Amino acid sequence: MTQNLRVKSSEFIDETNRISFKFDGKTYYGFKGDTLASALIANNVHLVGRSFKYHRPRGIMTSGSEEPNAIVQVNPNSNITEPNARATEIEIYEGLEASSQNCWPSVNFDIGGINNFLAPLFPAGFYYKTFMWPKSFWEKYEFFIRHSAGLGKSPNTRDPDIYDHRNIHCDVLVVGAGISGILAAKNAAKNNFKTLLLDEKNELGGSTIFEANEDNKINHNSAFEWLKKEINELKNIKNLEIKTRTSVAAYHQYNYLLARENLTDHLVKKDKKNKIRQRLLKIRAKKVILATGALERPLIFNNNDRPGIMLSSAIKKYSNFYGVACGTKNIFFTNNDSAYESALSLHNKGIKVEAIIDIREYSDAKIIKKINDAGIKIYWAHTIVDTKGYKRLSGVSIMKLSNDGTSVTGNKISISCDCLGIAGGWTPAVHLYTQSGSKLTFDEERKIFFPKTDTKEQISVGSCGGDFELDEIITNLNYKLKNFLNINKTDFEGITLENDHETSKRNIWLLPSDQTIGKTKPFVDYQNDATAKDIKLALREGFRSIEHVKRYTTTGMGTDQGKLGNMHALGIIADTAGVKMGELGTTTFRPPYTPLTFGTIVGRNVGEFFDTFRRTPMNDWHIKNKAEFENVGQWKRSWYYPKEDETMHQAVQRESKAARQSAGILDASTLGKIDIQGSDASEFLNRVYTNAWSKLAIGKCRYGLMLNEDGMVYDDGVTTRLGENHYIMTTTTGGAANVLGKLEDYLQTEWPELDVYLTSVTDHFATASLCGPNSKKILNKIIPDLDLSDDNFPHMSFKEVLIDRIKCRIMRISFTGELSYEINTPASYGEAIWQKCIEAGKEFNITPYGTETMHLLRAEKGFIIVGQDTDGTMTPIDLQMGWIVSKKKYDFIGKRSLYRSDTMKEDRKQLVGLLTEDPNIVLEEGAQIVSELNQKPVEMLGHVTSSYFSPNLNKSIALAVVKDGKNMMGRKLFVPMENKNISVTVANTVFYDEKNERLNA
Amino acid sequence: MFLINCPYCGERDQQEFKAGGEAHIERPKQPTELSDDEWAEYLFMRKNIKGVQFERWNHAHGCRKWFNMARDTSNDEIKAIYKIGEKPPTQ
Ligand SMILES: [Zn+2]
Repeated sequence: MTQNLRVKSSEFIDETNRISFKFDGKTYYGFKGDTLASALIANNVHLVGRSFKYHRPRGIMTSGSEEPNAIVQVNPNSNITEPNARATEIEIYEGLEASSQNCWPSVNFDIGGINNFLAPLFPAGFYYKTFMWPKSFWEKYEFFIRHSAGLGKSPNTRDPDIYDHRNIHCDVLVVGAGISGILAAKNAAKNNFKTLLLDEKNELGGSTIFEANEDNKINHNSAFEWLKKEINELKNIKNLEIKTRTSVAAYHQYNYLLARENLTDHLVKKDKKNKIRQRLLKIRAKKVILATGALERPLIFNNNDRPGIMLSSAIKKYSNFYGVACGTKNIFFTNNDSAYESALSLHNKGIKVEAIIDIREYSDAKIIKKINDAGIKIYWAHTIVDTKGYKRLSGVSIMKLSNDGTSVTGNKISISCDCLGIAGGWTPAVHLYTQSGSKLTFDEERKIFFPKTDTKEQISVGSCGGDFELDEIITNLNYKLKNFLNINKTDFEGITLENDHETSKRNIWLLPSDQTIGKTKPFVDYQNDATAKDIKLALREGFRSIEHVKRYTTTGMGTDQGKLGNMHALGIIADTAGVKMGELGTTTFRPPYTPLTFGTIVGRNVGEFFDTFRRTPMNDWHIKNKAEFENVGQWKRSWYYPKEDETMHQAVQRESKAARQSAGILDASTLGKIDIQGSDASEFLNRVYTNAWSKLAIGKCRYGLMLNEDGMVYDDGVTTRLGENHYIMTTTTGGAANVLGKLEDYLQTEWPELDVYLTSVTDHFATASLCGPNSKKILNKIIPDLDLSDDNFPHMSFKEVLIDRIKCRIMRISFTGELSYEINTPASYGEAIWQKCIEAGKEFNITPYGTETMHLLRAEKGFIIVGQDTDGTMTPIDLQMGWIVSKKKYDFIGKRSLYRSDTMKEDRKQLVGLLTEDPNIVLEEGAQIVSELNQKPVEMLGHVTSSYFSPNLNKSIALAVVKDGKNMMGRKLFVPMENKNISVTVANTVFYDEKNERLNA
Repeated sequence: MFLINCPYCGERDQQEFKAGGEAHIERPKQPTELSDDEWAEYLFMRKNIKGVQFERWNHAHGCRKWFNMARDTSNDEIKAIYKIGEKPPTQ
């Protein structure tokens, strides 16, 4: 049955704009300005979800981002549905659809609800204790857990919305636009600070605008009226940018904050279209003023979680701001004066307040008289011992508290009601403050953690700073602002303030019941269903650290991070363990303050913008010629060029044969190139490579191996001496940036005396690598003037030539073992020269080949690929490349490490060749190698690093690292696979043309 | 996310920088003279203290210069930034 609980018109609700929306499939109506929560309450819907563990019915508890229960699924029937949205934050719009989460088949009939009656079986740590054993049952447990405990469902298609990022630099950032934030922002901007004011709500003013406390007056007027004028003035202030619906998610060091600006969630569908949905603001502020306010605490008593039990301040906000009554028969339960304000404000609107239950003995606040005048009964020194009603609160039982507050006495009184406002005092919202790394201090008297220090870069003002009463807030704000901004005067200095003061205090973290604690359910964390009982159990079981208790009981681990109950959890731990709360400390508040969608985090960096692509100058040609591409670092490299319906294997076999039989061409532009100049260039190379460089003649090339200081192979490549003091170094494609970084590091920090200059020129040159017995003839067609004889242009040498008046560098070097030339041209001529080679090579069936064929051809020759055949644990000796390590040089990077006892061990893993007994079986790269098949456990001797079917040898070949492999030539080993054991023989790493005759073929 | 004052470029976001571990560990001039233990001390052993630590940083996406930083690891406060070759500040 729907019922209209709209009680008065509110200036924040547009009653001329009626909006229909659906909740759990049923259509309801609300008004523009409503949140989903306020609209549901107006329709007398409180039951909105089921709790996580016991599936207890839960209702709306709060009116803001701290909401633990009213967590809903938006657009539940769409494949772009969004889980875990808070009904208290969703502004309704025509066509909004939402549903309850965590209940199946429906919120009103929930199978998991049976867990509630089995609650004794679900103590703290239940999941840890039960589901760990027996192991084989895990699959069944997992099914059970997932089926009954899912927190919403995730969308299953790509997010169609647009998200954006924006960097903002400002002088002063003010977080929170309550009365403190507004005054702070206004004064900062007026004093020429570039100021940004953020608030998560859609309206400025914070709690002042719905408090309507007649006893709070500024300049003899209501505080609200005064603040409204201040808000109106903000429009005319320069230097001030205001963003509403913007919540700060994270506060990192050095005043770097991340905020989410919500731009379209409150709009109807057609207005959302093509607009940015959310924007992530990356803010670097010189100064930050935190004015994040305070969160009202609940009270922890038996069955304190029924739908209809809400925070007292939320009830007030629903009635004053949204014009909605949360119930028709209301009760308040409090330990401070603020519940009286809520009660009075309901009473003044004609909403029935049955009683106020106060755990204190008395209060002499002025408001008590007004409550008495209104005829509302106050039960002093009483507590609620139980509540009734399953899907909606129907009544409470109260008893008199003992003097020490640990037990109850006297008769039980039952009062019927449909709404209970609980007021447990206030907790400064210090989440952002602590995220920034600042420390809290505990006020034993007021039972609050509040910011310990203000700095030159950050202050906390208003209630998040520990000031709760109006005069205290304004006076301290004035003082703090003047210091912080270094100004003489604020514009609100000297206003007159009147307000009531709270005089009487009593705090009891866990309120007693007439039943033993074992029989009660006093919830501390509503979302995760953790009760005070669970916390006490954890302590009994020996947990002491609050971080451990938190994880064991899951207190504070929900999407709300336990914003409501964390203090009570700490209080109960402290009371039970007999320690002071201040000594206990708090659990860590981690970003984000409220959850962020992935879309907001990635912004525009999706799809093709996810990462940068690098393409070579010949890329268009490769695409035209149907190349398949492979990612190598950020590069897109041609992998192979399938013809017609060739498979990859067929294409690679064809390319590999052609390169050896006639001619092949490879785009090698991605190899790293570092230009090295300076009078100490040769000495520098001597120090960074394992071999000697001083005697390399101008115009000659040399292969070099670079180690880390730990002696392990780091990179390799050919370096060419272009002039007396000029070299060009090539590096692996993936290692280019790191090699440059490493070389610069040594130059700047270890050898600043060397006269050497390094420049990355990778992108300046395009490289076409011509290879095969006919490559000389092809090159001759392109550069007829150049003498290509072995005398004039031998292997490992370089010529600078003109091709069509374009200056090119040609290196006669080979990574395939074939006669081979690398033609380096200025990048912009890369494709033209490549085309020229293809044209000239046509009569020799020149075959473009990709990285896969390159890998195969070099494997036939036993040439390593750093990063494939090495993994950071291989020395040159392990690679059987001792020949490249100079014995004469006094020092080079990594030399000393080659003489450590560990690296000199004979039986380290060493690079060897492997041949399979059946030449048609190609080993899997990464496969393990053993010497015994029947032994258990069997020692893993090593693994396969490279493996191919060689078309030129017509058999399978592999490289592998094998323990003591050097001494195993000819030994039979095994590669055990899932369904078979493959017999292999250890062989030389060079499979093809061992004498290197083809280099000069 | 730190705000780092590169001694060559000025204040930049941490994203532009690369951390390079403990500072003031000089590469031995005569490695061959060292015992395995002494070499291992240079190669592997690094401090990880709670308090002020001296570190190497590189403005990798900027001027590419290396420099030193004194940072309090307990609260990430950057106490000082100084060039390679300069002595660490005493206080
Ligand atoms: Zn710089």
